[in-house]
Amino acid sequence: MTKAKALVITGNGTNCETEAAHACKLGGFDEARIAHIAELLTGEVTLDDYHFLNLTGGFLDGDDLGSAKAQANRLRYAAVEGKEERLVDQITRFIADGKLILGVCNGFQLLVKMGMLPALGGNYLNQTATLTYNECGRFQDRWCYLKVDAASPSLYTRGIEGGVYLPVRHGEGKFLVDDAKTLEAIETKHLSCLKYSDKNYTAASMEFPENPNGSVNAIAGICDETGRIMGLMPHPEAFVHRTQHPRWTREELPEEGEGLIFFKNAAKYVKENF
Amino acid sequence: MPHRIEITLKDEVRDPRGERIKREIAHFLHLEVADVRTIDVYTVDAPLSADELAQVAAGPFSDPVIQNYSIDKPAAAGFDYLVEVGFRPGVTDNVGRTAGEAIGYLLGRPLAAGEGVYTSVQYLISGKLAQSDAEKIATGLLCNTLIQRYQILDAATFKAQGGVAPFVPKVQVEAKVEVNTINLEVSDEELMRISRDGVLALTLDEMKIIQAHYRDPQVVEKRKALGLGAAPTDVELEALAQTWSEHCKHKIFSADVTYDDGTGRTEKINSLFKSYIQKTTADVRAAQGDKDYCLSVFKDNAGVIKFNDDWSLVFKVETHNSPSALDPYGGALTGIVGVNRDPFGTGKGAKLIFNTDVFCFADPFYEKELPKRLLHPRRIYEGVVEGVEHGGNKSGIPTVNGSLVFDERFAGKPLVFCGTAGLMPATIKGEASHKKNIIPGDLIVMTGGRIGKDGIHGATFSSEELNENSPVSAVQIGDPITQKRMFDFLIRARDKALYRFITDNGAGGLSSSIGEMSEECGGCQLDLSKAPLKYPGLAPWEILISEAQERMSLAVPPEKIDEFMEMAKRYGVEATVLGTFTDSGIFHMLYGDKTVAYLPLSFMHAGLPPMQIPARWEKPVHEEPKLVPAADYTTDVKALLSSLNICSKESVVRRYDHEVQGGSVVKPFTGVDNDGPSDAAVVRPILDSFEGVVVGHGICPRYSDIDAYDMAANAIDEGLRNYVAVGGSLDLVAGLDNFCWCDPVLSDRTPDGPYKMAQLVRANKALYDYCTVFSMPLISGKDSMKNDFYDGTTKISIPPTLLFSVIGKMEDARLAVTMDVKRAGDQVYLLGATANELGASEYLAQKGFIGNNVPKVDAQAALATYRAYGAALKAGLVASCHDLSDGGLAVAAAESAFAGGFGIELDLAQVPFKGDAADKSDIVLLFSESASRLLVTVRAEKAADFEKAMAGTACAKIGAVTAEPAVKVKGLAGNVVVNAANAELKAAWQEPLKDL
Repeated sequence: MTKAKALVITGNGTNCETEAAHACKLGGFDEARIAHIAELLTGEVTLDDYHFLNLTGGFLDGDDLGSAKAQANRLRYAAVEGKEERLVDQITRFIADGKLILGVCNGFQLLVKMGMLPALGGNYLNQTATLTYNECGRFQDRWCYLKVDAASPSLYTRGIEGGVYLPVRHGEGKFLVDDAKTLEAIETKHLSCLKYSDKNYTAASMEFPENPNGSVNAIAGICDETGRIMGLMPHPEAFVHRTQHPRWTREELPEEGEGLIFFKNAAKYVKENF
Repeated sequence: MPHRIEITLKDEVRDPRGERIKREIAHFLHLEVADVRTIDVYTVDAPLSADELAQVAAGPFSDPVIQNYSIDKPAAAGFDYLVEVGFRPGVTDNVGRTAGEAIGYLLGRPLAAGEGVYTSVQYLISGKLAQSDAEKIATGLLCNTLIQRYQILDAATFKAQGGVAPFVPKVQVEAKVEVNTINLEVSDEELMRISRDGVLALTLDEMKIIQAHYRDPQVVEKRKALGLGAAPTDVELEALAQTWSEHCKHKIFSADVTYDDGTGRTEKINSLFKSYIQKTTADVRAAQGDKDYCLSVFKDNAGVIKFNDDWSLVFKVETHNSPSALDPYGGALTGIVGVNRDPFGTGKGAKLIFNTDVFCFADPFYEKELPKRLLHPRRIYEGVVEGVEHGGNKSGIPTVNGSLVFDERFAGKPLVFCGTAGLMPATIKGEASHKKNIIPGDLIVMTGGRIGKDGIHGATFSSEELNENSPVSAVQIGDPITQKRMFDFLIRARDKALYRFITDNGAGGLSSSIGEMSEECGGCQLDLSKAPLKYPGLAPWEILISEAQERMSLAVPPEKIDEFMEMAKRYGVEATVLGTFTDSGIFHMLYGDKTVAYLPLSFMHAGLPPMQIPARWEKPVHEEPKLVPAADYTTDVKALLSSLNICSKESVVRRYDHEVQGGSVVKPFTGVDNDGPSDAAVVRPILDSFEGVVVGHGICPRYSDIDAYDMAANAIDEGLRNYVAVGGSLDLVAGLDNFCWCDPVLSDRTPDGPYKMAQLVRANKALYDYCTVFSMPLISGKDSMKNDFYDGTTKISIPPTLLFSVIGKMEDARLAVTMDVKRAGDQVYLLGATANELGASEYLAQKGFIGNNVPKVDAQAALATYRAYGAALKAGLVASCHDLSDGGLAVAAAESAFAGGFGIELDLAQVPFKGDAADKSDIVLLFSESASRLLVTVRAEKAADFEKAMAGTACAKIGAVTAEPAVKVKGLAGNVVVNAANAELKAAWQEPLKDL
């Protein structure tokens, strides 16, 4: 069987690489390599050698031009040393090869700002949505209930009943789109796979703090039409063991955290398809 | 010709920044405006074509979904006044730097030297305002004129002049690289003028010691041979002033003190540091024998203890008070990214695993007149909170523990404590990683940021009181991303053993870091002209002492230098070889091939005799209030819950990422609704292990009003109590002391110096007395001794403050206990005895008194309680545990109840009491802040085992957890004296700071 290989990119302000790689291993990947962006730009590490790309949380370039903007620009224009290609060419090839990308928090912001989500009609380099300042005007670290759309093509959320409980930690998590048509397409195609909700996962919520940022339609995460590329503001890698839950000292919880399913599903998909 | 690119939000998009400014204009300036909108301005000082400009504006500079851009054409419209705020020349502009890099990627070539991007923000204000109101908004709120510049245009002028003209805040210094000599053969008055005018903070005695050195015939002759005159160069004088500054030399802690204890007995103390702090650790380690877990204490940037066989734990807490008083945002940001460099620069370098923050402010709702130059406490609060938020979050280090302390005297200087812990492999390539050395011949390498005029005289300025003329250059703005990039590179270089020694560039800049490194091997030779500069024109002395941020100094063996430099380049980190370490005994600075400083290390580091400081203790006597018993104290409990020192700090804490890195076990907030206040933090730094690091702290400056000895004792006990409450082990625990004092040196300005010095002596005595009993070695610390404001008429001195941080281990983090009650029917126990100790309590403060009966800590009793409790916790007998501190039993019970969502019923008659029975009263039992007490809940079926575990300690069952969510307390007379629903109590606790 193929060895399932995950790659976690770090550098320039990425912060969650260690726990993301840990989650990949726990989820069933045979290898989880943390690579500095410098290793990609010098050609020491090539995306082609991996199946699952993790773009994790952090503050790329300090979010100085707006979250992840500078990195989106870097990935788009930076050339790979010794090769006749830019990094973005490797990424589009990775997508065309049927591989998987998960963008969490800053990684989600990056995907959206590069145009890789929602990527309607398979156009992966055209930005139609954004993530901007929370409505409350403040960074928020708090746990949120996320209702899952069972009809979503996302391979990551398969098998989740009702929803998942995960932490958000961001200042720019308010999801907005360029026009009503984009939003309609996202909804009718069930791309908005995660929505901030009440604790019973009955309905999406626009109320603070259930919805911590004021995202349109309470959208917390979306996928592309293939379901292989997904971005979300909450952090699944931050809940892979019960002791990470804010109430583990008072509730009976299974050993495994609810966020691990994202990585298990990814590993399963890779093992079944490569 | 520079270009202006202006970025506006599309009409339908909300502008949260503008909305916040509008609210703040109303709150701070009592002005009503109709609307505030904002525009981001990038001034591009580089020759870009029209096409390139459009690409830049459309691409990295704006977000097409929510923003529009406009190039060289003003975008502002529909306003009454426009205020544009940008940085002054030379101030770190992080966004501008990133924007410049983005252009580089887009064009495929980096910006050339001298080219750059500068950012500013336009505030478009609509409303009926006078020009003077606009001026007030600009200077009172939008712009800190120390670091920023602004211009105001009304709509008509804006139109007439066709917008805002491009302005490039480039540093324009005439490139005159001069070294001056300073004649010290002058009168005493003149010597003091030289010290004062140069912000050298050297005393007359110190100036005379320097004078004497340069008179020494041997020195004169040596200098002559090198072509140097008899007078010191400015480089030498600045290096000495930096090295000898209170900030770097800790002269007060090393002084000879004559201490009069108030009874006529006097005692000679040669160095408080050696006599108490170092001695504490030495005695504890000796007593621990082969169980000693200290690896590196007091000699490095941070302390190192053993975590397990494979990993070592590193910890440091620093203060950044003076810069935060001047520029709260930049000062605090620099504080947190600065302390990050301490564990990183300890041993061969540590990965940073968490931050802790403690801030002391005056009331943010302060409404009285403040002396000129002091910023309003709320501006300090907002700026400090935001600065540390950005520094911590952007660095990817979770902020796991902290507190906010309020006292009116912190208006004179806020205290900003920032701590960072790190983890390093016990060995790297077979060598212990907490050790490092330098061999003569190793190269002096500086990495990270460039040197500018920012942060010049930081060290000497912090060694003086804050006054109207405090220097602008002392303020800096940190850049977490440049530092993060450097750390990403250096940690990889560490694992390849590419360097032998690392330390940070903090206070004193290269002068301090290279000066201290030179002591390792016995000398250095460094060429200041090789140092990379932010802009040309810095004098050699400025290069030497600039505290420009994000820099580390290293010793790299010559055979590793190529690999080191190549790797730095690959990771986008600037690294420069500045010279060589030697064994010449000389701190030798060159500029090109010319010697500009030639200082014997022996003189630099040992040339200063200890200060002589008198200390005289006189116990203060305060009015003792007559407390009239009441039938009901519910209102008092609610008032306490709403006091600034006790109320919920959730609005601040949620702005700090406390979970990044994935190791969070006990978070700052806990309980059924995730909003009860945790006592301490537990973190698992190694994700596939359940070993936990536990960190807590104690701080109680109010108690200094009665006796700083008890203030320190209570801070130590509180820190340990919090640590023990969640499950921290007494077998591997260490303390870290941060003293923030007001100037204790007798002078015209400080006639009460001997009293303040006596307070310092007493606090140190407590440190020794308690830490030795607790077997808690001190591993590192810091002092900040000049926390006063003086403008010639008003003097504000902070209350003497010890922040005592406690760090250690728990073998299995899965046994951690939180403070929220868990289920109805559980039994409630109070550990530790209560006494009539309302002195300096929150309760008395609410009533307008200080009193005299400050809590006394019984170290042996405390230790017995903590040991027994620790064993009970390990045996799984504890459901919840909350420490009693500010507000006493009543507050702790209320917090535990509303956090858990169940009620608590207590009977005060069951509370263990010590002291004269006549002093026993409901008020005392409810609100006394007696030390070493914990409120514990236990499942009914485990109660007997718990009682057995606690046998021999002061421990009593005082009530039960109830299904009805309310707190009910029966008084000594049998009647109910507190009765309130959880919801009411929680609302009172959450109200005060929820909107900040």
